[in-house]
Amino acid sequence: MNRTPGFVIGFALLAVSVAAHADKLRLPVDAPPAFQAECASCHVAFPPQLLAAEDWRRVMASLDKHYGDNAGLDAATRGAIEAFLVKNAGSPQKVSPGGTVAQNDLPRLTATPWFVRKHHEVPRADWTHARVKSPANCAACHTKAEQGSYREREIVMPNGARWED
Amino acid sequence: MKHTTLAILAGLCATIAQAATPAELLAGYRAEAVRQIPAFQPDARRGAEFFARRFGVSEKMPACAACHMENPAQAGRHVVTDKAIKPLAPAANDRRLTELAKTEKWFGRNCKEVVGRECSAAEKADFVAFLMEVR
Repeated sequence: MNRTPGFVIGFALLAVSVAAHADKLRLPVDAPPAFQAECASCHVAFPPQLLAAEDWRRVMASLDKHYGDNAGLDAATRGAIEAFLVKNAGSPQKVSPGGTVAQNDLPRLTATPWFVRKHHEVPRADWTHARVKSPANCAACHTKAEQGSYREREIVMPNGARWED
Repeated sequence: MKHTTLAILAGLCATIAQAATPAELLAGYRAEAVRQIPAFQPDARRGAEFFARRFGVSEKMPACAACHMENPAQAGRHVVTDKAIKPLAPAANDRRLTELAKTEKWFGRNCKEVVGRECSAAEKADFVAFLMEVR
């Protein structure tokens, strides 16, 4: 009676791991309101897990020169957002801090080993498609990116087709 | 308990103090501009010209209209990220120009990026006067 068949446990573990995987990029609950208000007014609220802590610090240190735009903030807001990003940053093993870009360039979450591996099957033409503009435009294909959901079945490619692995 | 009530009250007052109308923001910028140029009067046409001008300082954002479209009553698109931007004109978006700190933040960022320097109070007054007239 006490013995649960191995395959049941296996399925349960699989279900848990799939659910955890799909939810992995959800916005952490401790996100300060300023994170949405300040960052997500110009781009998708990027999941903090996509860059390492030291890379987030570098990004937040030069907001007046922010990937071709001025994103300057007052010190208190900047500090609150940086603390949140650093606390929820990705593991260095996955998103390899530094090293991914030229020395004087800012870290790019689209250049980390994790991001590159996840997107290596995406044809080059899709990245430069008029509807996409930038690899950082997550919502161009991840239709629920604004809600922090990046499930495979929610992907619609620039030509309107579903993503087939 | 008392402290909590006080804190809530203080927060409420601060929120109320921040809420403003476009006309109030315009009056504030005008008063500031008059201190520098005594004969200054806000001019929506000058604001329209400023909005449409190609400053050419920023490669991707040569003019306000690069992201905010030729008619700021329309929704815009961020030229780098393609993110939708709600209309700038209060006639199309009643939350615009209702919070001085927010308006100042965006003037601060966008003037430096697009114009290449901070905007003067006179330019801001003209700009607000223009946006208030856009339908």
